[in-house]
Amino acid sequence: MDINKDLIAASSTPIVLAILADEDSYGYAILRRVRELSAGRMDWTDGMLYPVLHRLERLGLVEAKWQVADSGRRRKYYRITATGRAQLIEERRQWQAVDETLRGIWQALRLPASAVQLLQGA
Amino acid sequence: MSAQHESGSLETQIDQWREFLRRRQAIHTVDVAELEDHLREQVSALVAGGLAPDEAFLVAVKRMGELDALSREFAREHSDRLWKQLVMVNDAGETRAPGRADAIMAVCLAVAAAIVVKLATVFIDLDQDGGRFARNLSLFVLPILTGYFAWKRKLASSTLRWIAAAFIAAAFFANIYPFTPEGSTEVLSVLHLPIALWLAVGIAYAGGRWNQVSGRMDFIRFSGELFIYYVLIALGGGVLTGFMAMIFQAIGMDVEPFFESWLLPCGAAGAVLIASWLVEAKQSVIENMAPVLTRLFTPLFAALLITFLVTLLVTGRGIDVERDALIAFDLLLAVVLALMLYSVSARDPLQPPGAFDVLQVVLVVSALLANAFALWAIAARITEFGFTPNRVAALGENVLLLVNLAWSAVLYTRFLRGRGAFQDLERWQTSYLPIFAGWAAAVVILFPPIFRYM
Repeated sequence: MDINKDLIAASSTPIVLAILADEDSYGYAILRRVRELSAGRMDWTDGMLYPVLHRLERLGLVEAKWQVADSGRRRKYYRITATGRAQLIEERRQWQAVDETLRGIWQALRLPASAVQLLQGA
Repeated sequence: MSAQHESGSLETQIDQWREFLRRRQAIHTVDVAELEDHLREQVSALVAGGLAPDEAFLVAVKRMGELDALSREFAREHSDRLWKQLVMVNDAGETRAPGRADAIMAVCLAVAAAIVVKLATVFIDLDQDGGRFARNLSLFVLPILTGYFAWKRKLASSTLRWIAAAFIAAAFFANIYPFTPEGSTEVLSVLHLPIALWLAVGIAYAGGRWNQVSGRMDFIRFSGELFIYYVLIALGGGVLTGFMAMIFQAIGMDVEPFFESWLLPCGAAGAVLIASWLVEAKQSVIENMAPVLTRLFTPLFAALLITFLVTLLVTGRGIDVERDALIAFDLLLAVVLALMLYSVSARDPLQPPGAFDVLQVVLVVSALLANAFALWAIAARITEFGFTPNRVAALGENVLLLVNLAWSAVLYTRFLRGRGAFQDLERWQTSYLPIFAGWAAAVVILFPPIFRYM
């Protein structure tokens, strides 16, 4: 299933913040986690994650630190800040509102649809 | 043996890929390192899954995304890095006007500015009505400069109308008042009109990006580099004039009349256009000038101010307020603000705070303290002196700069202690720009009637 670009872009902030709220992480691991959690439905182009991370860093929602990983390579780790956590709560509130609205709409639309079926049956 | 060979070729491939990325101006070396770590991780995961290294490399590169799209995405996020090439002017990413057309346009407009100024000296008698010429000086040059950017950025006609209205209003207020010749309000009007109109130039310069922090920051960068270019051109012009005077003197001719009535006014007006074009065209050559000068002078100014404060405290001397000391302190605050602005504009917002940032805060705080002493001395005796236009203007500017620097110091300290993002400081500085222009406009429009044109 392809999710359109605008939706992917809009949801990237809460997704990345939520993953980082769970534990500090780095680019590749964040992407792997996104694939896992979305059961492969959120298909991000790998490189595109980094501008997102840099934007969050610029906004002060996450902070980054270069560390030497087990592999011996230098790796940039990201950690959520207090502002980031507050933003995540706010994002969650907004997404819940969108989610509830959509659920309501799906149900409201199902009624007329079933009404039509009833009429046809009669 | 074969495995070794393959890992060797994988390294070569990664090297090539890295070189490819490095050529993109929007992607910096640190970002390349981050992406490379990702690529290697991906390759080793794929190899563990059973792919051959070169297959794994191809898949990993493909997943990373198309290089153009990636570079564009980085550019969007780090638009300051693109200042060098100004690709972001039109959001659609249209191609820039070809360099040659740009150069021809700049030279033509420089000639036009020179002609306008020269014509003005013909129509306005400088000995009789020098004040009128001085008051209108910015109106001879800045509309042409604005026109250059309007042409270059293909400004929307709604924006153009606003800018045109600003220039018409400026012309109106510069000419209707019955100023006392060489009175304070006239001098204030001459000094403040260019500051107010510089905002109109800024809106044209930023194209459609005036409402964005990055658009205004680019304009601040542009203003600083323009100043440096203009000073360089003026120095060169001085050398040229010197030689001209020397060699013509050798054949018994005096070039001073030519210099005074042609070379100086026309050169000074045309140089504004040429310098603006050079800043745009040669950004990569001189882009680091303002930041380098800032780095050089921030410690020196900080040392000067701290020495001043210590001397003030040790000797217990008061500030002599009678000799327009406030203007000197206004200029000091303006210089400190400029030092701060240019280090802010050149700073990578993502860098963690360092020693230079601490120095910057020390500079700002010591300037604020020195200024507080001056204000204190003046406030104590302002009733005795009375409110002259010069003093009110100087006091107003002092308050504006004080508010700006004080809040900047707070934001900077927050950033240093890790409680705020560097972007807050940028946003504060860029949203403050219209306030300076508004005050300058108020001095031009309101001061003359309030102080009875004296």
